[in-house]
Amino acid sequence: MTETSRRTVLAGAGALPIAAGLALPRGARAQGAPMKIGLLSDMSGPYRDLNGPNSIAAARVAIQEMAPRINAELLVADHQNRPDVGVNITRQWFDRDGVDMVLNLAASSVALAVSDLARERNKVAIATSTATSDLTGRACNANTIHWVYDTYMLAKSTGGAMVRAGGDTWFFITADYAFGHALERDTANFVRNAGGRVVGAVRTPFPGTTDFSSFLLQAQASRAKVIGLANAGTDTTNCIKQAAEFGLARRGIKLASMLMFISDVHALGLETAQGLVCSASYYWDLNDRTRAIARRIRAGVNNDTPVTMAHAGDYSATLHYLKAAAEMGAAAAKADGRAVVARMKAMPTSDDAFGEGTIRADGRKMHPAYLFEVKSPAESRGQHDYYKLLQTSAADDAFRPLAEGGCAMVRS
Amino acid sequence: MDEIFGIPAPLLFGQLLLGLINGAFYAMLSLGLAVIFGLLNIINFTHGAQFMMGAFVAWMLLNWLGLGYWWALLLAPLIVGLSGVIIERTMISRLYKLDHLYGLLLTFGIGLIIEGVFRNYFGSSGLPYRPPAELQGGWDLGFMFMPVYRFWVVVFSLVVCLATWLMIEKTRLGAYLRAATENAALVQAFGVNVPRLITLTYGFGVALAALAGVLAAPIYSVNPQMGTNLIIIVFAVVVIGGMGSILGSVLTGFGLGVVEGLTRVFWPEASATVIFVIMAIVLVTRPAGLFGRA
Repeated sequence: MTETSRRTVLAGAGALPIAAGLALPRGARAQGAPMKIGLLSDMSGPYRDLNGPNSIAAARVAIQEMAPRINAELLVADHQNRPDVGVNITRQWFDRDGVDMVLNLAASSVALAVSDLARERNKVAIATSTATSDLTGRACNANTIHWVYDTYMLAKSTGGAMVRAGGDTWFFITADYAFGHALERDTANFVRNAGGRVVGAVRTPFPGTTDFSSFLLQAQASRAKVIGLANAGTDTTNCIKQAAEFGLARRGIKLASMLMFISDVHALGLETAQGLVCSASYYWDLNDRTRAIARRIRAGVNNDTPVTMAHAGDYSATLHYLKAAAEMGAAAAKADGRAVVARMKAMPTSDDAFGEGTIRADGRKMHPAYLFEVKSPAESRGQHDYYKLLQTSAADDAFRPLAEGGCAMVRS
Repeated sequence: MDEIFGIPAPLLFGQLLLGLINGAFYAMLSLGLAVIFGLLNIINFTHGAQFMMGAFVAWMLLNWLGLGYWWALLLAPLIVGLSGVIIERTMISRLYKLDHLYGLLLTFGIGLIIEGVFRNYFGSSGLPYRPPAELQGGWDLGFMFMPVYRFWVVVFSLVVCLATWLMIEKTRLGAYLRAATENAALVQAFGVNVPRLITLTYGFGVALAALAGVLAAPIYSVNPQMGTNLIIIVFAVVVIGGMGSILGSVLTGFGLGVVEGLTRVFWPEASATVIFVIMAIVLVTRPAGLFGRA
């Protein structure tokens, strides 16, 4: 039962910021002081399913894989999406517990604060579940790497690729606050650049909107082919649920969700989510390698939550970090976080989750981005068989060009 | 005449209808609050959590016991109502002699605890719940597509509201209830078991919240925080209608649903605020509410 595993994890991770050390399995051959990795994420709140227990399992898989070459330990804590809590835990980890790298970070506000602290203490911060592209732009630093996705990639892949796939008129349903506005603006730019047209937009009060049917009706009246959902979490699921109820898909209107994880599709059920379009940089059923890593991660958990791109990122980032540390030697890697990040950027990445890739000077991990459509229940052939691939963007095409981000490290 | 104030008429009619549907939820939830406040003098801040529990019990009945929507409509209010009875007997009943504020704090706390427990066990992304096969699909009304399920929600909640009103205004039990609201000591002196009446009233109010939760499960995301957003609006509805006024809360519920629906067309950004603006105006001009007695 998922309930049991949730309880176990909560007991371990704690609703309060308690760090729980997870020891390395016996039989590890590497010698010397272990590298300490702190998994800092949302373990109990709204982003728990796309991080949470599966993230722990994913990091453990990487640690085990590298065990013959380097010793590593995993610590876990819940930041409750509060920057103050996240910073306090990280400070304690760096100053008292000897943690060398903080992983995952999730919420943008927490990630920006923790990344700054990593620079100050010369440690390493790797964001695998964070949206803001500022992390490799204005706020970039030599101790931080941004894995998996960012707002630019989502807006470009979903906005641009969808126009090329025929969805050339758009109507936005936008959460009325900074995040929603930014996502709408970025996506609209890509829609126009690709030759599409934005025929309308509606700003919905946030928080406090539960019924979106009025807005969906306005979107339908605009005769747009695509409704772009520039919102997140419950707003998105409510929109999708109510769009299904009002039969929008049957009228040929596509829903494009700007920020959506496979765990959200899992929660909605295919009956409701079918036809929805979204972007991701990892899906478990892309090829033999992605299937293999999903199997290994899921072997470490006792739940029904699909492996999200954030989980894949936790594995991939931990693996590459440990490879760099192993080459430098644990002592040197523990002494200088900036040097580890420089080494990580110098080495090409290679793993089952994202294939071959690189890390750019501004800290952006480069890999392809994929545009997916959610399958109908009839098309789905098994557990978590939710997506069909619409389009692939090559790494250089998927992310913001190096010169446009405004990262100080690039100019110098 | 196919445009009204620059808005195509079909769109406007659609919005009116949708407003009425949302009003149905407001009406049912505020009805429960009004019934509880009328007799217990407690502002039940647990109401949102109990609405959420209704939806979750519907999900549990389906996934754990294989009992579908129609059973949930019957059983979920009973189960959640019973939990309300237990809360009233063990906790709320100790506060009747104290200021309103204590009841408010207690019920608010209980609500937070319930939400926390559900988030712990069910996560936060939500659970899938489909409308029953008989109520799927919809009719094309020409000016809009009307899902069968939404129509059912309006009709069902109208019936429930009417039945509640009739029970309170026209039956002997209702007469006791109204009398106990006026003067509990006197009614007790006539041999009516007032504490039991109070317990059952709270249970009934909670059951109404759970019933609204079951109705909401197929159209809103079923997650632990689903009651939080809705309940703030419902409190405003109760204040506008007049604290403790049964008919007032029902009429205000439907009326404000329509007002909100229209605001969504003319000024979407203000649609969450409009109800509170009305509340402020009503409080200034008629502090007892539109239907309340001063």
